[in-house]
Amino acid sequence: MRKKCVNFKKLSIICLISFIILSMVSGCKEDNQSSILVIGSTALQPLAEQAAKMFMYDNPNVSVQVQGGGSGNGLTSVSQGSADIGNSDIFAEEKSGIDYKSLSDYRVAVTGFAVISNKGVGVEDLTESQLVDIFTGKITNWKDVGGNDVPVVVINRPSSSGTRAAFKKYGLKGAVETSSGKTLTQDSSGAVLLGISETPGAVSYIGLSYINDNKSINVIKIDDVSPNAENISNGKYKIWAYEHMYTRGTAKGAIKDYIDFVTSDKMKPYIKKLGYIPIGDMKVSR
Amino acid sequence: MDKNDIAIIKSKRKSELIGKSYTTACGMLIIILTLSIFFFIASKGVATFTTDHVSIFDFLFSSTWAPEKIGSRGQPYVGAAIFIAGSIIVSIFAVLVSTPISICSAVFMTEISPKLGEKFLRPAIELFAGIPSVVYGWIGLSILVPFLRNTVGGLGFSLLAAGIVLTIMIFPTIASVAADSLRVLPSDYREAAYALGATRWQTIKGVLIPAALPQIFTGVVLGMARAFGEALAVQMVIGNSIKFPQGLTDPTITLTSIITMDMGNTVAGSAWNNALWSMALLLLLISFGFIILIRRISKRGD
Repeated sequence: MRKKCVNFKKLSIICLISFIILSMVSGCKEDNQSSILVIGSTALQPLAEQAAKMFMYDNPNVSVQVQGGGSGNGLTSVSQGSADIGNSDIFAEEKSGIDYKSLSDYRVAVTGFAVISNKGVGVEDLTESQLVDIFTGKITNWKDVGGNDVPVVVINRPSSSGTRAAFKKYGLKGAVETSSGKTLTQDSSGAVLLGISETPGAVSYIGLSYINDNKSINVIKIDDVSPNAENISNGKYKIWAYEHMYTRGTAKGAIKDYIDFVTSDKMKPYIKKLGYIPIGDMKVSR
Repeated sequence: MDKNDIAIIKSKRKSELIGKSYTTACGMLIIILTLSIFFFIASKGVATFTTDHVSIFDFLFSSTWAPEKIGSRGQPYVGAAIFIAGSIIVSIFAVLVSTPISICSAVFMTEISPKLGEKFLRPAIELFAGIPSVVYGWIGLSILVPFLRNTVGGLGFSLLAAGIVLTIMIFPTIASVAADSLRVLPSDYREAAYALGATRWQTIKGVLIPAALPQIFTGVVLGMARAFGEALAVQMVIGNSIKFPQGLTDPTITLTSIITMDMGNTVAGSAWNNALWSMALLLLLISFGFIILIRRISKRGD
């Protein structure tokens, strides 16, 4: 009787081992199947994922995996070869420590950034220089720009963030933001939205895709131009950035097919729906 | 001994051998994992001092955080003093507020009303421990921050908000360790104290808590370690302003918040990224320190 028990144990161990081996073998890639790993910008992630879903539907033998992790992570991964495509909100040249010469830049979409504030500030329009003065700490009360008597509270993104880099470059013309006075930092768009809607006098910037019809915040026009797709594509509104997909060397094969698919006409309605602007719609370029 | 018996012994030995080698392998795996995590973080973390030529003194005590700028000796400005101070202040605040509450509820649970404690308080505390930190952070952000802004003033995002969130987060750790340590005290202690004519309060104050103190300290250090390492919840409510707080209602930043905010956006191998790894190493060393402290305390208790 006992012996039988031991045999049963042995048998179960053998079963377990063979199961593990089997699952390892079946998990291996088949020869005609290629997989693409996309890592990087969380701003571009929803678009990349949508494209991946549709691309895999059309090309069942290619698997596309999209991961977030931030622009820096994307650029690092693609230049080190651990990812096939690195998504980035900013040019690789602008990120220190990246060998950008080995990378090819594919601009797949444009993101606009809106200046948003708490609803109680009483300001709907700022000039470009007023905007710079607010973020550099020269203007500390909304009444100085024609609004209510509320102190300005700047909510920044982390200094390493791609959104902040784009806003600093195109919204503030490179001026250095204040770090003294009333400043906060939030690292996600959701936290920024909540902070803006709740903190009196708060002002920040956010990707257009996060605004939609949000009634809890106040979207500020710059020089009387509203941040929307039309004003960005005809060059009237200046605060926008390219969304990049970087590959090591020139993109080939399935990787090229995928990037082409992202910018194809088939994706255009989805790009618009997700709040980006298709690259083909842009009448201006940088 | 007949043949059958020998066979049984043999097969027993075999299964014992399998079990032994399996458990040994698991143990080794954990040791190897811990060591390799430590060496990985250490090798990344020392790059700030070896390849970027930042002095350890500057890293620990300078408050200039501008990793994108390069100084005269070619070194980046990666002073972490503000982050270190933020982490220390907020954890100490949390421990100072949480410890008395935790000990009192542990006493209530074990001495005053064990029935109620066992039925309601203990499950409630266990539930507390199971709430994910992002939930604490989100509640803090949407309820505590506006509440503090309207009552004590300031922006709401503050040292105080982070301290309160952490107080609640480490409460179950300290309370359950304290309750366990009180529960395992031999009943002789209580009986002896009562026999000497001590009241319940005198027994608790003069006998039980002193006797359980080393274990309670272990709980406090565990809570402190948790407070030090907590990233998400703190980051959501502390405001993340890179400056020293002037008061409890001022926003500031901690080691963990700067790491979570910047890690994904910086490029591996850059001075900025290396500085974040150095902070991770510092956090690791601090938690090792806490562990050594716990071992010291519990040894003394024996």
